[in-house]
Amino acid sequence: MSTFTESPAAPSEVRPRAPAIEIKGLTKSFGRTPVLRNLDLQIRWNEVLTVLGPNGSGKTTLIKILATLTKPDSGDIHIAGLDVARSGQGVRRLIGVVTHDPLMYDDLTAYENLRFTARMFGLDRHGERIEAVAERMGVAARLHQRVGTLSHGLKKRFSIAKALLPDPYILLMDEPESGLDQEALAILEDIVSNGFGRAHTVLMTTHNLERGLALGHRTAILVGGRIAYEGTLEVDGASTVRDAYFEYVGRYTGANPT
Amino acid sequence: MRSFLSPVLALLWKDVVLELRTKDIVVSVLLFSLLVIVIFNFAIDPTPQRVAVVAPGILWVAFIFGGVLGLTRSFALEKEHGNLQGLLLTPVGRDAIFFGKMLGIFVFMSVVEAITYPIFAVMFNLSLTVVPELIPVALLATLGIATVGTVFSAMAVNTRSREVMLPLLFLPVVIPVIVGAVEATGVVIRGEGGSDLVRWIPLLAAFDAVFLVVCPFAFNMVVEE
Repeated sequence: MSTFTESPAAPSEVRPRAPAIEIKGLTKSFGRTPVLRNLDLQIRWNEVLTVLGPNGSGKTTLIKILATLTKPDSGDIHIAGLDVARSGQGVRRLIGVVTHDPLMYDDLTAYENLRFTARMFGLDRHGERIEAVAERMGVAARLHQRVGTLSHGLKKRFSIAKALLPDPYILLMDEPESGLDQEALAILEDIVSNGFGRAHTVLMTTHNLERGLALGHRTAILVGGRIAYEGTLEVDGASTVRDAYFEYVGRYTGANPT
Repeated sequence: MRSFLSPVLALLWKDVVLELRTKDIVVSVLLFSLLVIVIFNFAIDPTPQRVAVVAPGILWVAFIFGGVLGLTRSFALEKEHGNLQGLLLTPVGRDAIFFGKMLGIFVFMSVVEAITYPIFAVMFNLSLTVVPELIPVALLATLGIATVGTVFSAMAVNTRSREVMLPLLFLPVVIPVIVGAVEATGVVIRGEGGSDLVRWIPLLAAFDAVFLVVCPFAFNMVVEE
């Protein structure tokens, strides 16, 4: 696991001393249903933060707001010093996003989908880059297959390859392990732990407590739109984090913590 | 300029490749437009005097209602598997996404019109020699339809009954373009040309100019959650 420093990977075009992600007082509601309530969170460069929480706790909304897909009701959010509300295009240049959906066109081949993404990002020498990310995800042999003919797991691998394609500084991953087989899970864990290209800073949501503990420098538990617990394995110890998870998530879902 | 054009052309390339593979939009719009023309051909007795009056209206009814089908399909494709989110995650302005999608719709509608008009002319016994004069009218009207249609199809795709919502939202706004297109086509078909045509073409161009300025802003607001 890489150690995190002040801002070694910070891109030159942004404030070099700014944290990778800084969230202050983030609030979001859908209609009358509050989803995120006055949330504060900070992620340093080269840090992996895993966010755990039950269904409906606001994990996906948090990722969507950081990815500039959803506007918050209130709060200040900065990514690499850029205000997400005002500098959406600049923020999108720095992040790679993995969502629940593969975000690929079924009737294009995987290569055509990735080439389209490369052109939208204005990438040079995209052929080499496409080969590299497909190789990394173990799907190079499937590049020229239409996406509609791929299994869910292969689509997910390509969707991670797509997030890595523009060489982002920060990865935002919403339950990226769903649908992946053991080989792909090992690749994903290696990417999160050791980085890929410039991507060494990761915010990843997951339902898998043990994976969250294994991969994250820090773990946050999101319950009912609030950070109910935030801590590190090194300081708190695994049993404390597990106890916190069972206390908050177990109590919230009604599951038996033992 | 290159940073704006590159994603616009990438989107156009993507839509053209998808259309060549699936033939979802052009085939359905073409068949619908031809059906409308055939039905009108049976419904009215196409005497030369009557054709001169009603033909422009029939032609644009076929194009506009066919176009609604194409518009619905164009954004439904982006909605499937969250592809619109994929577009919004790229570091390009929403206006580049708007123009890329709009150009795709413009190209597909133009192809349908180019195939439909000769068949329409044969069925209603009209001259094909007016085609060069019709081209600027069709291009300007199609540009207006595609520009307004792109905004409303992006809006309707998020509604539960998008097939109903799109025409309800889109047709009232595009009426000035339809009126201009019908009048200008009538002038061309009746061989009146000259000053009458000169009056309608700048009007269509003016509507297009207004829509091309306003619609990218509206699109930006529509796609933001």
